[in-house]
Amino acid sequence: MASIVLKDLVKDYGKVEVLHHVAGQFEDGEFIVIVGPSGCGKSTLLRMIAGLETVSGGEIYIGDKMVNKLEPADRDIAMVFQNYALYPHMSVRQNMAYGLKLRKLPKEEINKRVEEAAEILEIKDYLDRKPRQLSGGQRQRVAMGRAIVRDPQVFLFDEPLSNLDAKLRVQMRLEIRKLQRRLGVTSIYVTHDQVEAMTLGDRLMVLNGGYVEQFGTPIELYDRPASVFVAGFIGSPAMNFMKAKINSGKIKLPNGTILNSNTQLSADITLGIRPEHVVADAKGALELEVEMFEQLGANTLVHGKLKDSDEPFVASMPGHVSEEPGTLMKFSIAPEALHMFDAKTGKRLEP
Amino acid sequence: MLKRVHFNSSLLPYLLVAPQIIITLVFFIWPASQAVYQSFLIEDAFGLSTEFVWFENFEYLMGDEIYLDSFVRTLFFSAAVAFISMSFALILAGFADRVVRGATAYRTLLIWPYAVAPVLAGALWVFMFNPTLGIFPYFLGFFGYDWNHYLNGNQAMLLVILAAAWKQVAYNFLFYLAAMQAIPKSIIEAGAIDGARPIRRFWTLIFPLVSPTTFFLLVINAVYAFFDTFGIIHAVTQGGPANSTTILVYKVFNDGFVGLDLGGSAAQSVILMLLVIVMTFIQFRYVENKVEY
Ligand SMILES: Nc1ncnc2c1ncn2[C@@H]1O[C@H](COP(=O)(O)OP(=O)(O)OP(=O)(O)O)[C@@H](O)[C@H]1O
Ligand SMILES: [Mg+2]
Repeated sequence: MASIVLKDLVKDYGKVEVLHHVAGQFEDGEFIVIVGPSGCGKSTLLRMIAGLETVSGGEIYIGDKMVNKLEPADRDIAMVFQNYALYPHMSVRQNMAYGLKLRKLPKEEINKRVEEAAEILEIKDYLDRKPRQLSGGQRQRVAMGRAIVRDPQVFLFDEPLSNLDAKLRVQMRLEIRKLQRRLGVTSIYVTHDQVEAMTLGDRLMVLNGGYVEQFGTPIELYDRPASVFVAGFIGSPAMNFMKAKINSGKIKLPNGTILNSNTQLSADITLGIRPEHVVADAKGALELEVEMFEQLGANTLVHGKLKDSDEPFVASMPGHVSEEPGTLMKFSIAPEALHMFDAKTGKRLEP
Repeated sequence: MLKRVHFNSSLLPYLLVAPQIIITLVFFIWPASQAVYQSFLIEDAFGLSTEFVWFENFEYLMGDEIYLDSFVRTLFFSAAVAFISMSFALILAGFADRVVRGATAYRTLLIWPYAVAPVLAGALWVFMFNPTLGIFPYFLGFFGYDWNHYLNGNQAMLLVILAAAWKQVAYNFLFYLAAMQAIPKSIIEAGAIDGARPIRRFWTLIFPLVSPTTFFLLVINAVYAFFDTFGIIHAVTQGGPANSTTILVYKVFNDGFVGLDLGGSAAQSVILMLLVIVMTFIQFRYVENKVEY
């Protein structure tokens, strides 16, 4: 087991730079999730750590060893691929034993480890099948098994659940988390699914266009997003944004609504309000023209527009709510729940 | 449901397939049936009379030392050609699969030999290995090795094997390369992470995964060595010295057109025909269904 340090990591393909000075320190035994939209460089970063892509600039440390120039084989890592990448011509048992055989472990030891892993992952019955004779979920388990028998310093996962159906995905997500806790192996997990990221990660690294937007615990990211991008990415349903002006503590929305805040700033801002932080209140300042309801059972999403404007707004109300479309609903919001970002840079403004 | 297209005239479909059928009949079926018919005949030494003898030609062949020798020689030749050209192609493809820069140029160059006609390929090798003029005998002379494939049967065999294999490398290379590029990259990467170095990855992952191609090429190369190497042998050794490079197809030609034993030659070609039918059958039967993963 080992910590991982990324120092000023750069990746370019010829003239295009796809990762810009990525830095971070992952502690021993931590579960790190790298999350971001498609094409932001998540896989590239993971593959650089694995040794499958060359490093254009900066340094990668696993433990206290600089691994920039090491072959993947010498980095003592295991990886689970999105398409599982099982060896099609080998049985499940051979797939799992392959890496151990290369390490010249004694036969009994190999057998023992394979049986153990198969036990944990509940794939004992399939050990003598070929990968093509397995379902997607079973292949997924075999891929995990192949990683854990190796007992590596680091696990790398590249969207391992994206080929599974929704229910299985939730189940495997929990299993991966439990397994990682149990084995205590430092893990890096790439996904573009923010729910997966929030539930799995000890800490999340949010990437956007090759830049690290924010690196912190899920709660930090939710409570104090460092930028408009993170604020919009983390949390479901997504945060509402609107342009606003703030003048000695009073926030003025484009439609003239005034909201109280707990700051003394004066600036042009992008105001962020999470749907779940507004409270229905007859005396509230936010007025919403209701267009549609989404009944989710436990709560209801109210879609509409802020009064006298075209700003779309979503509010999440507990329980069942139903009003006629076109009615005006009033909401209040606590000043602490307002997120303020610089209108130009999109960076968070602290009160 | 598939819909059938109905033509008003029932003649049109037949007209459309007619050219294909006529070509097949005139150039394949008819000569083949002639060969079968010939193989039942014996002609006298002056070509004046023929006699219908049923399987006598075949019976004679089965007892003919020279024919049986040629049969064994052909098997050896064919195995050697297939083995050499396939292993060479496999190695080249293994490298080409890893090449990133200049890959197209490299591949194009490797494909060229396939475009060379067999007789020309043979001529090329004849020149290179000519005992008095050739460059290779000259160099071999430095090591005290005496090269003369006009006298030494083993050397002659080696030479035709090399020439025939060389010509087939390009073809095999193309198939191997295509097969290797069809292997998902992540499987090879998984191997690298599991700790396998390139050579180990090649033997434990790539080679088994291209095994359907290997099997397919084995049949193709055997057929090639059996039938398509006539030009090379004719150009390089004419079957000599002392029949040491007379493989079956060459013997058909030799006995028929040089020795003028038309019946015996026809019988040999019928046997070859049966062989190619068997090989084609094996190919269709196993290669088509046998995708081993
Ligand atoms: N070989 C390459 N040459 C040039 N650009 C590349 C190459 N490989 C990847 N890129 C670029 O690098 C960027 C990051 O790619 P990467 O695969 O890391 O994205 P990702 O975050 O994993 O996306 P996804 O969620 O879709 O998998 C992309 O913009 C991609 O176009
Ligand atoms: Mg990716």
